[in-house]
Parts: sequence; structure tokens; C-alpha cells
Amino acid sequence: MKKLINQPENVVDEMLSGIVLAHPEYVRKLNGYNVLVRKNSPIAGKVALVSGGGSGHEPAHGGYVGKGMLDGAVAGDVFTSPTPDPIYEAIKAVDGGAGVLLIVKNYTGDIMNFEMAKEMAEMELIKVDYVVVNDDVAVENSTYTAGRRGIAGTVFVHKIAGAKAETGATLEEVKETALKVIDNVRSMGMALTPCIVPAAGKANFTLAENEMEIGMGIHGEPGTHRDTLKTADEVTEHLVGRILEDLKLQAGEEVAVMVNGLASTPLMELYIINKKVNDILWEKGVKIYKTLVGEFMTSLEMAGCSISILRLDEELKTLLDMAADTPAYKSL
Amino acid sequence: MNGVKVIEIINKIADRMEENKLFLTELDAAIGDGDHGLNMSKGFHAVKEKLKEDPGTNIGDILKKTGMALVSNVGGASGPLYGTAFMKAGVEAAGKEEIDIIDFEKMLKAALDGIKMRGKAVLDDKTMVDAIEPALNELSKGILLGLPAKEALKEAVDAAYRGVEHTKDIIARKGRASYLAERSIGHQDAGATSSALILKTIYEEIDV
Repeated sequence: MKKLINQPENVVDEMLSGIVLAHPEYVRKLNGYNVLVRKNSPIAGKVALVSGGGSGHEPAHGGYVGKGMLDGAVAGDVFTSPTPDPIYEAIKAVDGGAGVLLIVKNYTGDIMNFEMAKEMAEMELIKVDYVVVNDDVAVENSTYTAGRRGIAGTVFVHKIAGAKAETGATLEEVKETALKVIDNVRSMGMALTPCIVPAAGKANFTLAENEMEIGMGIHGEPGTHRDTLKTADEVTEHLVGRILEDLKLQAGEEVAVMVNGLASTPLMELYIINKKVNDILWEKGVKIYKTLVGEFMTSLEMAGCSISILRLDEELKTLLDMAADTPAYKSL
Repeated sequence: MNGVKVIEIINKIADRMEENKLFLTELDAAIGDGDHGLNMSKGFHAVKEKLKEDPGTNIGDILKKTGMALVSNVGGASGPLYGTAFMKAGVEAAGKEEIDIIDFEKMLKAALDGIKMRGKAVLDDKTMVDAIEPALNELSKGILLGLPAKEALKEAVDAAYRGVEHTKDIIARKGRASYLAERSIGHQDAGATSSALILKTIYEEIDV
């Protein structure tokens, strides 16, 4: 494996130090815990937002800590849910008296660890609630699976719920807004190459020169199926097709689009994909209100992308437009 | 059986996890993310450290410390599940200096209930529940029928391993393996395997 790291067991620690040194005006690290919080936490009277999960998805989630988005981000080991302790510390550090909303991606480990941290915080009489993001349409959502995974659509939740919290809304209102985004965002991804967890030293699987994996998650989990490599337009048609099957957009509706690179796919390719997304939605009479192209939730060095489409209404548009200032997402 | 013996058994479990690290990891790599062996080994290593200074007089305490060490050091799904299991067993054994087979049965039930509460799995979801629930049922039956403790435990361990075999034939409905649906058939569950291994170690070392 060819990585620019030091000892595998130190990657998260060294990364967090690097982030804090790069963005001291935005974030600080909690002493003894792999947690980044807003520089001036806690902010009295504002509902605080905490998210996190396994490392390896940068800039998610530490890059979204700042005004208008998250108050705290918890970094587990690479691709591993953090334990309850750092999550609990994050909750305590950001609670400004109005309660804390946890934004949890739908993975078994994340849910259990965040739930346990919530229980610990509630024993200290801190008001905590949580929402589960499950935007990935690749996996069937049924009682017979662990449910749909949470992937790049999570960033829309951070942005919109974060904006809602800045308006001085209550914990219940911020949660409701977060749930509205979750109900209306769908994503799907694919991979051209696998990724390598530093501690493992090699990939979990291999993809041949002419192969791609559709529906791959962001931890290198096998996706729904493998296929021979198709063109950008064909891949985009497939991914957007699956999303629209689930989202059921009508002509005249407005959406936000995110074309998210998993880290090794060039910006050039992401823009080519975006063009096709636009073509497809134009055909359907759907108006694109806002587009995000770039790396929002990566998967170590995986090549590939995910597409997210969020159905908008007037409230969501307003919140999406509100100012945000974080290391990885800035809007005036 | 007293607390000192319980600590001995937990240390033995730690050794077994270390010995089977690669095997458990391979099982997990097939239908998961390939870190189960590493997690269990790391977790129980931390448990061993935490129990070093324990006087061995309060079994509830020993199990609670074990559970908390697992929760705080394992991450992922195994930490909360095994951690809750040991903590709930600890509640059942609160303040006890000695435990017998009847106590052990109650502790195993508390552990299983904790796992089901935390992970929301039921039988046949292809998880650790598929090893532990059959084991508990067999143990309860054995005690009811008046079997000597060690015999009842042997039946329980055999049931656990039958459960592990059974996981090969079913579709995963929980955890990462559930994304694979039919592709998870033919592979045994890593969590069920480590659970059976833990029960086997307890059976081999227990003194009731």
C-alpha cells in the first residue's frame, strides 16, 4: 500500500492535530479525546449539533464544525464507530443549555455507540435527541436488513439543521427540520477502486481493470453488484435512475444536487457526471436550485463517486442559503 | 466459584481471543469489514489491564469493569454489544463473592437480554444471538432436568456451536452483512463464533 502516513495506529491523532493547526479560528480539540468542537463552544441558548463516526471520510465530519453547521464532531478509528466516551464528552462540551441533537449515520455501530452516549448525557440531565440518516438507496430498506446506510446526504442534514439551530429554534424544531431533510434526500454511489484501511495494510477486495462496483458504501463494503466499467453518462443514468425511483420527483419540483467524489476521482470527472445529472433532471422538468460538486464525504483513497438529490421546499431553500462558515463548507 | 476464579476465566477468554484473532478477522472480512478479531483482541487486552488490580471480592464489579472496558476500547458494533452483555451480567451478580450455576444462568439471561435490547436482534438474524440464545435455552433445560452443572454447560456450548453452524445457512438481517443479502449465505457469522468461543472457554474453566 502506498500511503503518506507515519504509524497506522497514529493516523487519527495526527490528522486531528493537523486540522486544528490548520483551522485554529474554527475548531479546537478536546483534551484526551478525538473530538473537534467549535472554537467558542458552548454557545449559550443555541441547540448544539454533534455528529461523527469512523475516520476516513474527511472532510466529514470535522470539516463541518463551525457557524451554521456542526458544533462538535467525533472521530472514531478509521471506518470504526467511536466509543460512547468521546461522544459523551463532545455533548458536554457543546451543550449551551438548549440541548444537543446527534446526527447519526445509519450503521449498527454508530447507532449503538451514539445511543449509549446519549444515555450517559441524560444521566447528567443534558437534553439530547438524535436523528438517523439513511439516504443510500443502494440497499433495500426492510425489516430484513440493517436498513439503508447514511452517506453523503448527511452533509445536507448538517447544513440545513445547522442553519435552523442558528435561528434560535428549539431542540424539537431542529430535529423536525433534520428529519425533513432525511425524508427528502436520496443518494447512491459506486466505486472504481477499493480503499485500504491503514491498520489492515491491504484492501478487503479487488476490482479488475475493467470493473466497477455499484452501490458501494463508504467503508469499502461490497455494494449491490459488480459490472464492467461503463461510461460516465451510463453510470450517472443508473445512479440517478435508482434515486429517482425512490424520491419520486414531479415536474416543477426543485432540488439540490451533490456530486461527491470519494477521493481519487478527479474534479474533471465529477463535473462530467454533473452535466449528465443536469441533463436527466432537465428532461424530467425538475429544477436544480443548488449544486455542490467536490469531496464532501470521501472513503480514504477510493475512486468513485456518489450522487445525492434533495427535494426542496421554501423552508429548506432558505436554510440551505443561510450563511455557513466551516473549514470545508463556506457560504456567504 | 469466587471472584478470583472469575478473573482467571476472563483472562483465559482474553487469551482465546488473541489466539483466534486471525480466524475471527477472516470470517468478518468475508461478509463484514474484517475487524472483529482485531477488535475482540484489543478489547479483552484492555479488560485484562483493568482487572489487574481488582481484589476479586465482588463479582458484579468485575463484570461491570469488564463491560465498561469493552465499551470504551472496542468501538464499532462489538463494543456496545459485548460491553452491555458483561455489564448486565454484572448487575445480576452485584455484590456477590461467590456464584453457582443458578447464578450463572441468570447472568447469561441478563447478558442476552442486554444484547437484544442494545442491538435489537432476534433469533435467526445471523448474529451472536444465534449462538447465545440456544446456549441459554439448553442450559436452562439442563438445570431443570437436574443435570450436573458441568454437563448442563457442555450441552449449552454444543448448542452454541450448532447455532454458529446454522448461521452459515441463513441470510444476515443485521449489521454490515445484511447489505449482502443472499451473498451472506454460506458464511458463518463472526459475532456468533466469538460468542461460542467465549462460552466454550467459560465451560472449560468454570468451577461450579
